[in-house]
Amino acid sequence: MSETTVKKFNIDTVANAAVTPDVELPWAELGLKQNEFDDVVKVLGRRPTGAELAMYSVMWSEHCSYKSSKNHLRQFGEKVTEEMKKDMLVGIGENAGVTNLGDGWAVTFKIESHNSPSFVEPYQGAATGIGGIVRDIISMGARPVAVMDPLRFGAIDHPDTARVMHGAVAGIGGYGNSLGLPNIGGEMVFDSVYQGNPLVNALAVGVMRHEDIRLANASGKGNKVVLFGARTGGDGIGGASVLASESFDSTKPSKRPAVQVGDPFAEKVLIECCLELFKGSLVEGIQDLGAAGISCATSELASNGDGGMEVELTSVLLRDPTLTPGEILMSESQERMMAVVTPENMAAFEAVMDKWAVEYSWLGEVTGTGRLIIKWEGEVIVDVDPRTVAHDGPVYDRPYARPEWQDALQADTFTGSVQDAGRPATPDELKAAMLELIASPNMCSKEWITNQYDRYVGGNTAMAFPDDAGVIRVDEETGLGVALATDANGRYTFLDPYHGAQLALAEAYRNVATSGAVPMAVSDCLNFGSPEDPDVMWQLAEAIRGLSDACMVLGIPVTGGNVSLYNQTGSTPIHPSPVVAVLGKFDDVARRTPSGWQEDGQAIYLLGTTAAEMDGSEWANMRGHLGGLPPKVDLANERELGEILINASRDGMIDSAHDLSEGGLAAALVESALRNNTGARVALDEVAARDGVDIFTLLFSETQGRAIVSVPRSEEVRFNDMCTARRFPVSRIGVVDAAGAALDLQGLFTAPLDELREAHEGTLPKYFG
Amino acid sequence: MSETPLIGGATLAPIDSRLAGARIGVVTFPGTLDDRDAARAVRASGATAVELWHADSQLGDVDAVIIPGGFSYGDYLRAGAISRFAPLMSSIVDAANSDAKLPVLGICNGFQILTEAHLLPGSMIKNDHLKFLCRDQVLRVENNTTAWTNAYAAGQDITIPLKNQDGQYIADEKTLDALEAENRVVFRYVGMNPNGSRRDIAGISNAAGNVVGLMPHPEHAIENGYGPGHTGTDGLGFFTSALNTILGGK
Repeated sequence: MSETTVKKFNIDTVANAAVTPDVELPWAELGLKQNEFDDVVKVLGRRPTGAELAMYSVMWSEHCSYKSSKNHLRQFGEKVTEEMKKDMLVGIGENAGVTNLGDGWAVTFKIESHNSPSFVEPYQGAATGIGGIVRDIISMGARPVAVMDPLRFGAIDHPDTARVMHGAVAGIGGYGNSLGLPNIGGEMVFDSVYQGNPLVNALAVGVMRHEDIRLANASGKGNKVVLFGARTGGDGIGGASVLASESFDSTKPSKRPAVQVGDPFAEKVLIECCLELFKGSLVEGIQDLGAAGISCATSELASNGDGGMEVELTSVLLRDPTLTPGEILMSESQERMMAVVTPENMAAFEAVMDKWAVEYSWLGEVTGTGRLIIKWEGEVIVDVDPRTVAHDGPVYDRPYARPEWQDALQADTFTGSVQDAGRPATPDELKAAMLELIASPNMCSKEWITNQYDRYVGGNTAMAFPDDAGVIRVDEETGLGVALATDANGRYTFLDPYHGAQLALAEAYRNVATSGAVPMAVSDCLNFGSPEDPDVMWQLAEAIRGLSDACMVLGIPVTGGNVSLYNQTGSTPIHPSPVVAVLGKFDDVARRTPSGWQEDGQAIYLLGTTAAEMDGSEWANMRGHLGGLPPKVDLANERELGEILINASRDGMIDSAHDLSEGGLAAALVESALRNNTGARVALDEVAARDGVDIFTLLFSETQGRAIVSVPRSEEVRFNDMCTARRFPVSRIGVVDAAGAALDLQGLFTAPLDELREAHEGTLPKYFG
Repeated sequence: MSETPLIGGATLAPIDSRLAGARIGVVTFPGTLDDRDAARAVRASGATAVELWHADSQLGDVDAVIIPGGFSYGDYLRAGAISRFAPLMSSIVDAANSDAKLPVLGICNGFQILTEAHLLPGSMIKNDHLKFLCRDQVLRVENNTTAWTNAYAAGQDITIPLKNQDGQYIADEKTLDALEAENRVVFRYVGMNPNGSRRDIAGISNAAGNVVGLMPHPEHAIENGYGPGHTGTDGLGFFTSALNTILGGK
């Protein structure tokens, strides 16, 4: 130390903590409960130092420790058959799961929430959500190849929704577009339940060769620990723990300083720099810095390794020199990575850093002590067993019970309700209903959003929104590729959490199969209210049970994900919103099936049957009704439909396919027509008679397990034979009419495509400019 | 570009060994995004793509150069304002202005860099609607005599992706009049002006026609299955034009 350097802080060392047991510590302000603080003292055998307290408080937060959900999440690991494990190269617990694609390729994907920061500061919250999930993918050794963003905001006409919408969409675009990652899909749902708790989820997918898989562990005594990327600043201190682990309350001061600020340029450089490190096999273990920053990275790397770790905290490069050791440990500054490098590779590592002009600092090394030691100017301020920080946090068996209002809610069906009065029946009424549906906030065109995202960069985007799934080519030689879809329906899950979660999985599975890909793996982002509310805890427990059961039936494992709790304003939680992402595989993406009609004269077939299932539907939602039971889940049927769609794609029997989900057949017909501006003549009487439903129900019911496909004349016999052989209901409902420029529902009404387009595309610009 | 990119990079078998002898460099700056795509487009045309690094001072053995799109240096100062000072840019400027008239194509951020480097006049400011916009855009090829457009018919309409935040082309009236008079407006937006560009200008050239810059992305419309409307390959002509220029001159 030079003579002019002045000690900035009174450093609370381990030695000091041992002799001053009675010092008051701000554990409650840092979010720890009394019993948790007592546990820390018990684990350490003394009071924690200030720095240790900072580490435990962030790592034992709900966001980092999953303390309320852990007991339930176990089912994702337990309800797995050997068959399901076959292609899983890395399972739950690492930064992201890895699935075998064949030919030596592997794919890793994960979905995460960045909900609370996106409400406080929508642009940065959403931007850093993309940044964080992309770093998780890089940490696995993969090149990120695409992102998706499921969004749920408040009522479309609420003044605050525009603030969140403009900020979050610009943030996702501003960050994602600058990384060179195509944005290939997502969701946009408006519902007043999300007014004070918008959901901003982000998914990233990456690909790698099997030999490039990297894990977050610090092994090999004497190996060096390095922190690289952006400098550490005061942004996002306690972001994850503070923001994501409690409910918003207007009486508390603004939490803006807890939101991280993103620098996409730094992230882009970091991506290329990391890939060059992987290519040269220059790192032994690697971990991104996200929630809980250096606390998380050091404790996870050390606890997953075979020894311990010792680092000098004053070596961390800072943006703000006034940060205290605790703040440095907790800072969630973005665009940082930590790696373990052998002494022999240090020079080569530094050369890569210099090439990309990335800053780095060597913090310390892997030891054989089994302890995580953190020093400040040589004095020990942290001396812990890293497992106690990273893995042995508190686990709660939160009480849960079926809400007493659940029965009354399920008994309140839409059919016969006040809101159901005057159900459309005449041709004019049905046409008006269709126009109203496709212009409604949740069913309208999302182009206003998606046009702000780059879907082309990389040159491997075979499909993107508004097709059913995003499709990315992995190998240019063979056409090997992946499909991804995300889905959730908060209303269904509110009505019945067990089946609602299964419906989200069923729809994502169906979307992937509709594109022609074989579903392989699942990642989920479980967005719920406060786990301290037994009603919410029941919703969470039921959703996890439902989702894990359904994964078993469909034979696809959950490989990772994230839980976001405390999404509630005061005592009002959001609808339980398990967002489910399904990943599928193509042997050759050239076989992918787009959603829009293309060729004049092709036959349009409806797969599946329709029942009167209006509860929780978009139509009921538009009429202000929410009650009853969601559509029935029939996973065996979904699997059968999936196989038909996949085989039809592989064998070239169909030219387009679109699944039926929210908005039912009405929405699917309009979307298939508008995709390529290609009309059709459709006759519904026969199929309505077969299913015993009226035309309104046929058009607007949300019965699952259905899709429409267009079949070239030459393939009709083969296609029909396949469906018949599988005893799957199929009905020819129309023919593509490219010249007609209209959707002609014969005997009912004709809707010109221009009229449909104006209704479908006008809504978001009307509200958001 | 590396001839075996890290991920998914097929090195297509040369269509014709004579074509593969044409070497087209693709420059990577920190923050460049579309370099792999530009290299793929070069390979699709039959030429050999050569990786160029911004910090190198020597251009090496290349017959043409593409400055691809992206957000070099994050566009934090002004798009292209820092990149123009890269050591490699001096070599590119010299080669473009030399008697050999090295063909240079600037796409999106590359166009912005070329204006900052004074190889092309005018500048780009934020889109008039203030948002990033990604869409399939129709352009008219106004001049098919440049090094990068000779494979097109004059007046031909092509559809290629447009995607940018700062795409509004501006210049003073005198410059615009001169560009028009000298037939240096190479591309104009058709159907709609997506960003408020003066006189619907989407791309321009230098006086000699060897340097062309445009905002839309021809490299994203070169392969069936991955371009506009899934099937669009209208962008391939840029790269075959360059081949014509290179091979014609050899």
